[in-house]
Amino acid sequence: MKKRLISALLAGCVLISFLSGCGKSQTKESKNSLTLFNYGEYIDPDVLDQFTEETGIEIKYEEALTPEEMYTKYKSGAIKYDLMCTSDYMIQKLISEEELQKIDINSMQYKDNIDKKYWDLSAEIDPGNQYSVPYFWGTLGILYNTKKVKEPVDSWEVLFHHEYSGEIIMQNSIRDSYLVALKYLGYSLNTENESELREAQDLLLKQKKDVQAYLVDEARDEIVAENAIMAVIYSGEAYLAEEYNPDLAYVIPKEGSNLWLDSWCVTKYCENMDAAQQFLDFLCRADIAQKNFDYIYYSTPNKAVIDSLSEEDKSNEALVPAEDATANCEISKMQSAETTKLMNMLWKELKAE
Amino acid sequence: MEKKKRLNKRTWLSAPYLIWIVGFTIIPLVVIFQDAFVNAEGSFTMDNILAIFNPIHMKSMILSLAIAAGCTVICILLAYPLVLALRRLNMGREGFLVFGLILPMWMNFILRLLAWQMILSKNGILNMILGFFGIAPLPIANTWLSILIGVVYDYLPFMILPLYNAISEIDEDIIEAAKDLGAGGFTVFKKIILPLSMPGLLSGIVMVFVPSMTSFVVADVLGGGKIQLIGNVIEQEFTKNVDWGLGSGLSVSLMIFVLISMAFTMKNDPEGKESAIW
Amino acid sequence: MVDKIKNFLSRFYIGIILFFLYVPIFVMIVLSFNSSRSRVIWGGFTLDWYRTLFSSSEVMQALSTTMILAFTSAIIATVIGTVGAIGISAMRERNYKIVLAFTNIPMLNADIVTGIALMLWFVRFMPLGFGSVLIAHITFNIPYVILCVMPKIKQMNLSIYEAARDLGANSIYAFVKITLPQLMSGIMAGFFMAFTMSMDDFAITYFTKGAGVNTLSTMIYSQIRKGIKPEMYALSTIIFAFVFLILLAVNYVPKMKNARKCK
Repeated sequence: MKKRLISALLAGCVLISFLSGCGKSQTKESKNSLTLFNYGEYIDPDVLDQFTEETGIEIKYEEALTPEEMYTKYKSGAIKYDLMCTSDYMIQKLISEEELQKIDINSMQYKDNIDKKYWDLSAEIDPGNQYSVPYFWGTLGILYNTKKVKEPVDSWEVLFHHEYSGEIIMQNSIRDSYLVALKYLGYSLNTENESELREAQDLLLKQKKDVQAYLVDEARDEIVAENAIMAVIYSGEAYLAEEYNPDLAYVIPKEGSNLWLDSWCVTKYCENMDAAQQFLDFLCRADIAQKNFDYIYYSTPNKAVIDSLSEEDKSNEALVPAEDATANCEISKMQSAETTKLMNMLWKELKAE
Repeated sequence: MEKKKRLNKRTWLSAPYLIWIVGFTIIPLVVIFQDAFVNAEGSFTMDNILAIFNPIHMKSMILSLAIAAGCTVICILLAYPLVLALRRLNMGREGFLVFGLILPMWMNFILRLLAWQMILSKNGILNMILGFFGIAPLPIANTWLSILIGVVYDYLPFMILPLYNAISEIDEDIIEAAKDLGAGGFTVFKKIILPLSMPGLLSGIVMVFVPSMTSFVVADVLGGGKIQLIGNVIEQEFTKNVDWGLGSGLSVSLMIFVLISMAFTMKNDPEGKESAIW
Repeated sequence: MVDKIKNFLSRFYIGIILFFLYVPIFVMIVLSFNSSRSRVIWGGFTLDWYRTLFSSSEVMQALSTTMILAFTSAIIATVIGTVGAIGISAMRERNYKIVLAFTNIPMLNADIVTGIALMLWFVRFMPLGFGSVLIAHITFNIPYVILCVMPKIKQMNLSIYEAARDLGANSIYAFVKITLPQLMSGIMAGFFMAFTMSMDDFAITYFTKGAGVNTLSTMIYSQIRKGIKPEMYALSTIIFAFVFLILLAVNYVPKMKNARKCK
């Protein structure tokens, strides 16, 4: 009996395997191809198809969740990525380790679609805009439920005064968690000062009993479902959350926050610089940037797309923050190895508490 | 003599397997050991191995141990009545029910864990049902309890299968004989069923305890990032902190710990025979 | 009477355990019909995800990679594992114990450690791609096969094989006719176990796969950041229904035939 069952199931498996489109191995090596490394769900798949259609360049696509994970996989050398989309401080780190190739930005046809503001922002981590092309950007702030929070929220303080015990979701990433505390205390989020970091640690340790969970982008769903009242979250996720639940609001605290920027860069392994450059230019093209924007809904540095936004979207804090709201915001920069090590240790201590 | 020769010849059949474990189990293990014992400057170090005694890591280790032990005990307590019930009703001999236990594993485990998260969350399905009966919501989400539920859910089939296999092989006549001689239900269990199912129980313990000790995904999804098991620390060292030496060192320590505890468990297995997991 | 109560309690208890195991699957099935993209909002009933599922080449590709990977790795692991188990069982006591201890290593290590160690090793002599994932899956599947087959070898009546050999059967003939049938249930179980573990693996696949190779697990993982796509729930529901129907058919069709015969 058992035998017959197993045989039947096996027959079923074989059937599924073959029905689901005889999977050919994709090891076909063509010279005219690019291997991309990006965050999950961070590009419209149609854009990739369209690129291949227009240029005949094949795309191999890989995804990761965090910049550190990307770095781990990239550094192992297991896969020779040509292009990578990653975050500010990681790009700075890659530049300093001489892992990237210079891009000839001036030869890019659509480079002016990217607002000069964002080229300038990018120059803080990539001086002279030699290595990276801005892709999406945003802020880190507080998403909260206006029905449950009566007072106006404009400061990180609301996370620390214990009134909303058990209703707070913090970011489950080292830099983002510490920057909340550092900014609240009035320090720079790129500090290398140990006593400032320890002060932030004390604050976070005291706060832990009030925290419901440390999540990343899943925090959005928790707030939408009203499992928690407020969350520290990226602006793009906040925008999506507001779509699902109109009682939610997003604010960039007055003490300032993180202004993050994800950019594309070309690794030292890339042998087909022409194709890489073509791809970068393609991403800046208005219709393509629009497609990606419609798919991802993060703040775009592309002027053409910003101009086409509805008035309502233009005034949305999560999508297009006002100039003065981001006045105190800083971009995350690479830290020294000692500081990184110290923060890792502090973080483990916080989590073990 | 002839037979012995044949037996010797038969050991050669293991050659492909031995080549495989040398190539893909032992050498990668050497890679890990190398990372653990050699520091960035290329000299020998014990720092990464001893890092397990750092109070932060020790806390995670103890918590993992508690969760794994709790999970194993709960699985045993849930599995014994189940396999006895299956035996009593003479079900499952046909394999149907046993397949029923495996079937959930064919659904992706990340999706299943996310489903549990939805069930247990504050405004989740469980609390909705409790609310319907006028019971106050249970704050299970993001606690060690939800992690425990998660690991029990994930690994229960691995306890049931070997245990069922062992118990279904017990001869009914032995039990009848004991009953005829006046043994009560509990005595029958203690004197007959328990000893005869011991090999299955031991396989079950290994198959439940080890993965629940080392897993990190369950704690990630159901613990809300508030609870840090030793598996999470190791994962973080590899994928977030890019400190492979420390990650490897902690893995080696964890492996040694698991091996010791398993050797300890196996001491109870006098005949040294392992039971089928199926 | 007491027996009846006991039978009822037994059934009741089995029901509870099955309920516990299937609750999350019910949740997934419900989500597959949810028209809202967010999993926490019920937006009404829809069959859209089933429609979009089949037109998504990405998902279909991942499904076929997952299936082919599980199937191939389970077959190869079963062959190597079964033959290996027969060989190991003929070893002397001490060697036997040493080899079995090493067999358990992939099960003792955290997945992520196994995955990274294999990745670091592969990088030295081969490019990552489908092949490297396949090797990795075979590696962690073999122990399950051996665990399933070994007890059957222990129970096997060796004298029949010896008798066949003494009567002049060559080793291959005797193996196919005598040994294999005795081991068959263990081999099948091992294969099935290996297939299941391969389908369910994430961490090892993630680190050993090459660019562009995606299994369902790695695909779902990359979606965690922006929310799981509802097509994934639809796909799981289809797989579940498919396997469940096979189970039902195999279990009840023969019974019905028997019943008819009795008439």
